[in-house]
Amino acid sequence: MTGEQSGGPLLAARGVHKVYGSTPALAGADFALHAGEVVAVMGPSGSGKSTLLHCLAGIVTPERGTVHYRGRELSALSDAERSALRRGEFGFVFQFGQLVPELTCTENVALPLRLAGADRKSAERQAREWLERLEVDDVRHHRPGQISGGQGQRVAIARALVATPRVVFADEPTGALDSLNGERVMELLTAAARDTRAAVVLVTHESRVAAYSDREVVVRDGRATDLSGLAGAA
Amino acid sequence: MSISHALLGLLESGPSHGYDLKRAFDARFGHDKPLHYGQVYATMSRLLKNGLVEVDAVEAGEGPERKRYAITDAGVSDVAHWLEQPEKPEPYLQSTLYTKVVLALLTGRDAAALLDTQRAEHLRLMRVLTRRKSGGDLADQLICDHALFHLEADLRWLELTAARLNRLAKEVTS
Repeated sequence: MTGEQSGGPLLAARGVHKVYGSTPALAGADFALHAGEVVAVMGPSGSGKSTLLHCLAGIVTPERGTVHYRGRELSALSDAERSALRRGEFGFVFQFGQLVPELTCTENVALPLRLAGADRKSAERQAREWLERLEVDDVRHHRPGQISGGQGQRVAIARALVATPRVVFADEPTGALDSLNGERVMELLTAAARDTRAAVVLVTHESRVAAYSDREVVVRDGRATDLSGLAGAA
Repeated sequence: MSISHALLGLLESGPSHGYDLKRAFDARFGHDKPLHYGQVYATMSRLLKNGLVEVDAVEAGEGPERKRYAITDAGVSDVAHWLEQPEKPEPYLQSTLYTKVVLALLTGRDAAALLDTQRAEHLRLMRVLTRRKSGGDLADQLICDHALFHLEADLRWLELTAARLNRLAKEVTS
């Protein structure tokens, strides 16, 4: 039985350690994500919040500790299995530089579906629907170099959600945007994730962005503290 | 906020009864904190005494007499003057939070936990405002944004203080 089926978390990290060179990025971090929830991971620069995201997504393997996704330990999977997991079950939104510059916006959004074996016509039809939903249908024939940062993030969100992932990993998704664009991107991202019942791990250093989440985890000195139980006492 | 100036300003667009003024105030500015009737009537009698409003008409009904107020020329000048004056930026130097952190350190209590609890409470309110903003009109958005930016500033202070807690502990206990 998977953790999720037994009512446990969809994704769980326990006692995760990760060292870069001689610098410990994570020193015993615990984290749990339940299906459909949006969790903000906050913390100062260099606190290890992005490293935690990379460990949770199976992009890097921790030296110690475990990460379980739906009851399976990520480090026990082969590279090919982890890649398949990232392609099929996870979606990613980064701060910038994530779209393929040679492809149009439609082709970029269709890419995850094409990699999963969908035919071009059907993949591009779905891509178009997502571009409309993210209010960037007008740039569907443009290439990433021809659109604004805000439009690029919307295209990236469309691409992250097009294959209906169970978990979306968003690392500073509004970091390169002004506040109005950033807010609209957050509204669209969280609304789309809730509609498709995707859970979101949202790494941000901005409290206004974290306010779109259901709860907050703070990473400090390589450890994660869940603050959700502390609020509302007043 | 100066309630008397706000009521006076609302009156500038035309004479009104106290009850209607209260409703206009609540609709525009009172979102989380509607005015009490007592506040409105006390404010209006003070404005009347100071010559900034006058009684424009009195309606006799079954209940108490209903006064309709109109703004005077002196009242209009007062509103204009108030609008022209910038509000004093609050330096927040005597912040309650700062006092709490220092007292926690002085008494050997967990100041980091205090900061975390405050942070969680701030973020909880920011979530409420963010949701209200998402479903609201432009007025809602602007009012919520104002509160959100202030809460964000507090949160930045909480983060910075958490990062400097060891240093502060040394200073206050030395």
